[in-house]
Amino acid sequence: MKQGDQIPELKVTPDKYLPHRYAGASGDFNPIHVDPEFAKQVGLPGNILHGLYTMAQVARANGEAAGDATKLKRLSVQFRGMGFPEQEITVSGTVVEERDGRLVVDTVAEQGGNQIIRNAQAEIEVS
Amino acid sequence: MAHQAIGKKFPPYEYEVGREKIREYANAVGETNPIHHDREAAQAAGFRDVVAPPMFAVVYAAGAVGPAIFDPEVGLNFAMMVHGGQEFVWGEPVCSGDVITTTNEFKDYSERDGKKFFVFESVSTNQDAQEVCRATWTNIVRGG
Repeated sequence: MKQGDQIPELKVTPDKYLPHRYAGASGDFNPIHVDPEFAKQVGLPGNILHGLYTMAQVARANGEAAGDATKLKRLSVQFRGMGFPEQEITVSGTVVEERDGRLVVDTVAEQGGNQIIRNAQAEIEVS
Repeated sequence: MAHQAIGKKFPPYEYEVGREKIREYANAVGETNPIHHDREAAQAAGFRDVVAPPMFAVVYAAGAVGPAIFDPEVGLNFAMMVHGGQEFVWGEPVCSGDVITTTNEFKDYSERDGKKFFVFESVSTNQDAQEVCRATWTNIVRGG
């Protein structure tokens, strides 16, 4: 890969109970992620994905582009909007810079036309 | 009040990394590479044992990051909090059997556009004192 190249697009549709499994795996049981009734009471349309789950999909797209996950050396993101279960997420990215054996990849996670993670910048090692 | 707490450091949190926890996390986020699931595959790829996906940092750092969010001197209103931004910088890979110690510091506080920005920085090191992850957590509180 070189500057201007796209990383392979990653598509994933978290199922209805994914937020519960992610809560168990991560330890984050905030009810806005696992309790649709609670989420509605605080003004959300339903239970929402953990932002760090969506960030993990951005990490996965970059790790797979690099060859394996441990080649991802830095990732910074801004969370914008909300992600929901049972809707497809698309992660796409463009190599914007090459320096010191690393590629800098501008990455976006989009769901239903909303960029739920944007201004994500990844650095991956290339050999 | 939050201004006065800038620089506050929270007690180190020690986390012992287990193979099944790595598998559980990898399954939840869809990391299917055998290096996260199978010891022999991980060793064949040059790791000591099953290796954690990078974002597993949220698991071993949680015990240091959580208490800061609920610290009365920091004064973050959790009910009104959204996770605004996140950065991780990774060093040495984390494998099953590692013991990871994470420290956390309340790094910065600011207000703009009616929002409060709370920034924490955590540093995680392994049992050989090698840095495995440095993270910046930006939490935003709307309104009061």
